[in-house]
Amino acid sequence: MTQAVPPILSITPSRALVDEKFQVLVENLPPGCPVTLHSLHHSEDKDDWEAYGHYVSDHRGVVSVTEDLSFGGTYTGKEPMGLLWSMRPVPGSREGLRLRKINVCTPMLVNISVHSGHEDFRDRTPLASALAERWYMAPGVKRIDINKQGVQGTLFIPPGPGPFPTLLDMWGGGVGLLEYRSALLASRGYVSFSLDYLRSEHLSADVEFKYFETAFNIIRNHPQVIPDRVGILGISLGSTVAFNLTAYSTIIKPRCIVCISSNHYHPPGTTLKAGFKILSKYVLLTVCHENLMIIQIIVTNMYHRHFHKAHFDENNYMSWRSFGLDLIADPSNNVEVGRINCPMLLVNGCDDQNWPTVETAEEVARLLREGGKEHLLSRLAYPGAGHLIEPPFSPHFRATKFIILNSKKKVILLWGGHTKAHSDAQEDSWRKILSFLQLHLYHSPSVKAKL
Amino acid sequence: MDRKQYCVKLSVQPSRGLMDEKFIVLVQNALPGSQLTIRALHQCEDGHSWEAFGHYTADTTGTINVSEDPSIGGTYSGVEQMGLLWSFRPIPGSKSGLRMRKKNIQTPMEVTISVYQGHQTEGFADLVPLSGVAVERWYMAPGVRRIPVTEGGLTAALFLPSGPGPFPGLLDLWGGGGQLVEYRAALLASHGFASMAIDYLTAKITMETGKMVDNQYFETAYRVLQQHPQVCGSKIAMIGLSFGTSITLKMAVYSEVIKLSAAVCISGSHVQPVDGSVEEILRFFQKNGEKTRFSEKNEVIWRDLLLPIPTDPSLKVNVGRLQCPLLLVVGEDDQNWPSQESALDIKEMMARAGNSHLLTVLSYPNAGHLIEPPYTPHARSSTLKTVEIEEKVMCLWGGQTVEHSRAQEDAWKKMVVFLKENLYGGRNPTSFSHL
Repeated sequence: MTQAVPPILSITPSRALVDEKFQVLVENLPPGCPVTLHSLHHSEDKDDWEAYGHYVSDHRGVVSVTEDLSFGGTYTGKEPMGLLWSMRPVPGSREGLRLRKINVCTPMLVNISVHSGHEDFRDRTPLASALAERWYMAPGVKRIDINKQGVQGTLFIPPGPGPFPTLLDMWGGGVGLLEYRSALLASRGYVSFSLDYLRSEHLSADVEFKYFETAFNIIRNHPQVIPDRVGILGISLGSTVAFNLTAYSTIIKPRCIVCISSNHYHPPGTTLKAGFKILSKYVLLTVCHENLMIIQIIVTNMYHRHFHKAHFDENNYMSWRSFGLDLIADPSNNVEVGRINCPMLLVNGCDDQNWPTVETAEEVARLLREGGKEHLLSRLAYPGAGHLIEPPFSPHFRATKFIILNSKKKVILLWGGHTKAHSDAQEDSWRKILSFLQLHLYHSPSVKAKL
Repeated sequence: MDRKQYCVKLSVQPSRGLMDEKFIVLVQNALPGSQLTIRALHQCEDGHSWEAFGHYTADTTGTINVSEDPSIGGTYSGVEQMGLLWSFRPIPGSKSGLRMRKKNIQTPMEVTISVYQGHQTEGFADLVPLSGVAVERWYMAPGVRRIPVTEGGLTAALFLPSGPGPFPGLLDLWGGGGQLVEYRAALLASHGFASMAIDYLTAKITMETGKMVDNQYFETAYRVLQQHPQVCGSKIAMIGLSFGTSITLKMAVYSEVIKLSAAVCISGSHVQPVDGSVEEILRFFQKNGEKTRFSEKNEVIWRDLLLPIPTDPSLKVNVGRLQCPLLLVVGEDDQNWPSQESALDIKEMMARAGNSHLLTVLSYPNAGHLIEPPYTPHARSSTLKTVEIEEKVMCLWGGQTVEHSRAQEDAWKKMVVFLKENLYGGRNPTSFSHL
């Protein structure tokens, strides 16, 4: 009985960390054959994500995703990792989905298959397929739950004797504790502590500030941590924490900080959680009173005068960027970043629709310049990138759904960014973040350069 | 050197690789010009510890790249990207005659790679490394499935690649030590072949009845593989090492049932009583037992048992009748089988019969008998308990470590291409010429 012998699809390496590249190769096709490479991932939330590219085999019957151009699909051009970063929910999925791994101890499984044809590729069963494992944790990385002195979070420790340079890692507002970046940082040689700072209810700004200082100290005193090589990495609201702590703490002196999608809005005396709650209330009110473009809210809080710039785009996605601009216009509301004395890397997307992060970065630069400290600052501003600058090859979300506290109302929040530019930014910024951290936390600068 | 001042960073990429994949070991941020030792440590399933290490000097940027920089001492020297694996040897104080073989191939081989200050050669257990990472080496790619096979009285394991198939098939046979040895089949499945590893000397049926399997046993294995819905029944090859070569050549030439698309014979011979059963072949070897020699270290040398290569045609598989491509892999320092002499005789027989276009011989100077998948540590000798003799003997396999390791790497690459060309190819003559 003769059967047609199929092509061979190989992924090298088949097991990799999420920030590592792979090579997808198809061999033994007929020459000049139109095929589609298709990637599929079934998420923890039980949604299906996919990407695909249309290719034509060469005279040897080979398609190399690393070398060849995709003629169409969810990505075009020469894109070795397009099958990952251009992933999006399959047709028919719920709106506003976001892909983030919660259990970082297991790998993300991606099935890559090759189908004959281009437009109609879905009508046929795949010719061949292979499975790739994408890991957040390198072998030997340890994950430890921390609940000490009221401080909660997850600690990741690299393999090896240690001690290690260390990072305090903070996410933005919204959903619970996200561990994946910390797991990845530990896989790159840093002890990394993913701090849970929004779950607990802090009654006042002082208490909240103490929480961060306690967290920093717990980490600094850990036996696997080199105490004078601790940095802070924060994204979005997490960057507010980074600015705040570094500018005002008398006991915490991070060796360096990285702020992604920088936000320095933090009026004195307010807590982050309260501010975030009020922001959400505003969103709820705006959604309930969609036609009411001017809203006067009689509450004594930091946002009340500024709720007149509700902004919905043509898809009815909500942007906080313009009213954010108003808020930061008053310097008394912002962290005095001019007080910061350590090297700082700011990473922003120029198409950030969630917060005026580029303007924030410019303001930080201006304040440091005034203080003669501009040499401390490095800035990366990526055209076409949005707010959610994640580790490389993560799918891009221009907008995702946001459930307003305790209500059933949801709105679609606009983060911004255009997929190709945003993905390039994720790849480039991660590499630069790692080299910045390596320079300041691993390498020992000479005494002269030390500040 | 103040440790606080220099945090040495060690990385291995990929940290999870297949057994035949290369990795890059990189040391960064060391004191420029400093002397460092990079060491690999592995504890195998039977509890023995193995180590390999190289001596390096960090360059002016404080970097060492094992794939570019030379080791100037240790268990390997020179620029050896994979030296930390293939030069593994039992740690000092271990018993002699050990051989590294993984039985459970569903879990990875775990290796710890560390970097130490100075050029160290011993006492590693008492030293604190500057840095260390964990590396996993897998026999099975993600998605490869292992299916135990017991039908027809077989003791076998089938490894299916991931994907819809159908896949070309492979029958995988090892040698005189018996057991169900799965690692090569698992690795070949990771390359797209539905591979069945077969135990034919210590099969369950043999252990229970005391009788050796007959020739039908192999034909049953072939049938089971051929009839599997995900196997392309017209594209089946056979690979045998050592005694497995004897079976492979016999089946390829004489079986009415088995029709092979290709055969790979490693470290073996065509010398055997033609059409003899497994038992008859073993008795034939035993008859020549007085030709056993011993090395100065009292290691057993069995290569003379089949020498001189007979001229009597009833004592050699008639390879002139072979109808499929044959790849012979020979270690010229093979002390266990006369594989080089056999290869020469096979070549002659096929030239006379006019089918030598089917033959490819890979002959490696200073390689020994155990030509394994790449980066498998070389064992020049090891203890062996064969089915013929009751007690364990120290068997001399042969080979010089560096050349043997290079042979393993080269032979594997060429073997995979050979299998792909003969089992997957045909559609496009230049399909795999870029490999």
